[in-house]
Amino acid sequence: MSHVLSDVSTMTTRGLRLVSRDADAMITAVVLPVIILLMFVLVFGGALDTGTEYINYVTPGVILLAAGFGAANTAMAVERDMSGGMVDRLRSMPVSSWTVLSGHVVASLVKNLVTTAIVFGVSILLGFRPAATALEWLAAVGMILLFVGWITWLAAFVGVLVRSPDAAGGFSFFVMFLPYVSSAFVPVDTLPGWLRGFAEHQPVTPVIETVRGLLAGDVAGAGGTAPGDVAALAITWCVGLGLVFAVAAGVAFRARR
Amino acid sequence: MTAIVTAEGLGKSFGRRGSTSPPVLDGLDLELQEGAVLALLGPNGAGKTTTVRILSTLLKPDAGRATVGGFDVVRDARRVREIISLTGQQVAVDDKLSGAENLTMMGRLAHLPRRVVRDRVAELLTAFDLADAASRHVGTWSGGMRRRLDLAAGLLTRPRVMFLDEPTTGLDPRSRQALWDVVRGVVADGTSVLLTTQYLEEADRLAQRIALVDGGRIVADGTPAQLKRQVGEAGVELTLAAAADVERVAAALAGATVDGARVRVPTDGSVAHVRSVLSLVEDTGVAPEHWEVRAPSLDDVFLTLTGHAGQEHPARTTGVAA
Ligand SMILES: Nc1ncnc2c1ncn2[C@@H]1O[C@H](COP(=O)(O)OP(=O)(O)OP(=O)(O)O)[C@@H](O)[C@H]1O
Ligand SMILES: [Mg+2]
Repeated sequence: MSHVLSDVSTMTTRGLRLVSRDADAMITAVVLPVIILLMFVLVFGGALDTGTEYINYVTPGVILLAAGFGAANTAMAVERDMSGGMVDRLRSMPVSSWTVLSGHVVASLVKNLVTTAIVFGVSILLGFRPAATALEWLAAVGMILLFVGWITWLAAFVGVLVRSPDAAGGFSFFVMFLPYVSSAFVPVDTLPGWLRGFAEHQPVTPVIETVRGLLAGDVAGAGGTAPGDVAALAITWCVGLGLVFAVAAGVAFRARR
Repeated sequence: MTAIVTAEGLGKSFGRRGSTSPPVLDGLDLELQEGAVLALLGPNGAGKTTTVRILSTLLKPDAGRATVGGFDVVRDARRVREIISLTGQQVAVDDKLSGAENLTMMGRLAHLPRRVVRDRVAELLTAFDLADAASRHVGTWSGGMRRRLDLAAGLLTRPRVMFLDEPTTGLDPRSRQALWDVVRGVVADGTSVLLTTQYLEEADRLAQRIALVDGGRIVADGTPAQLKRQVGEAGVELTLAAAADVERVAAALAGATVDGARVRVPTDGSVAHVRSVLSLVEDTGVAPEHWEVRAPSLDDVFLTLTGHAGQEHPARTTGVAA
């Protein structure tokens, strides 16, 4: 037990080194989000009417989309560990299963922090004008990290389960789908009815609304709910799914042979 | 002597529930004595890796039980992991990390103090002739270098039991020799080693005991000398060009056996006896294509006991007929 912290830090150092030396992962973390942001703001921005300046509307969504793409890299990294000999060696050592996976997850959090900073930076250059106080900024980043946390645990779970790098890469389709069918890029009431039902009841929407609200200087409620309720819902989603997938990943990791 | 690793009646099959795929392990027993080296020798698919994976807690057996250091590998897996190190058949190093980073990471995970890690990493890099490449990404290394790094990673701690699954596959003769020296060194320091190999010579050189695995069980077990004795004595072997020659030579030599174009006579290997055999051959007027004095090798043991050939040529004393 006393070794858990040191193990997690060792595995995080490893995860960060692997990520920072993986050209694919670095492009996904740094270049891709900026391109997506530019695309939404410059290409779609003029055509979409969201009630506010579109860049204010879309920036949080770009960050969550980037988190999804980054998670696909995590799934691939975990798959690489599982199919190479590395996991055998680690499992033959007195190191807990979660330690190995949490190294990837913490590395993913750090990576996404960098991505978040870059996207906010570029967005502000493009005219994004958040009205958040320092505390609200902190809360917004915290919310983003909670989201990154659960989606990375899901990615780790997928990485443990799949048997090929391609299958792990397929994860990115799923994570693309989630933000697109949410209020990340367009208001949900512009979606057809059946999609709206999904969009209103999936984790990305409350997370987006919360981050958007915090950056606008108030936790505005979506669809008339009281401020704070959306944030609570978002946190419940992220923590709940995070726990479920962390446990699932750990169990699958142990059961895998 | 006490046994530090034991396995009794290990069974394992990988078939899905209800399928009838034959078991991979089928009642395998083994014992590694404290401070000794045991080699599991067997053809592809014999079950060597499966055995090692069970003993190193990666896989649960379907039947039987195994202990390492007195701990059950299933119930006390955690205790077992504290006293073993595993170098698997697949190389387990991170290509994107340097050699030194790889070893340092393993040292940290083994919970060695930082200073010890630093010293031990430098020591191992030098011992495995990797110091010059230590700061380069392992992805740019040769296969043999990566294998050596992999082995070094298993030696950061001083484990009580080391499992080495085909440790020298893909190594050149010099690296193989270096690895053997390292293994002898850790054994001298008190570590017990269980290794699997397809190289008979390796088992012969390193192990006090050899267990022959075939079809998921041990088909023979003993010291290298005992195993060789099971197959019989040394012989003079002559290869002849024509069938008529084979008959003539075989008739001239008492106790000769014939196998195709080859005639074999048992010998004690002494100069006098070999010379007498050769002069009898000379008297027949037949010039053999080739002759040799052949000591029984593990290759023969392999062939006799498993029905498959081993992979390496045995050591021989060779002569070519005039
Ligand atoms: N996870 C698995 N799923 C299904 N079959 C397996 C699995 N692991 C091993 N096997 C099968 O078990 C048999 C024994 O495999 P094992 O790896 O133990 O052999 P080995 O003696 O190490 O062979 P080699 O010398 O080729 O390494 C093989 O037929 C192999 O296909
Ligand atoms: Mg094997």
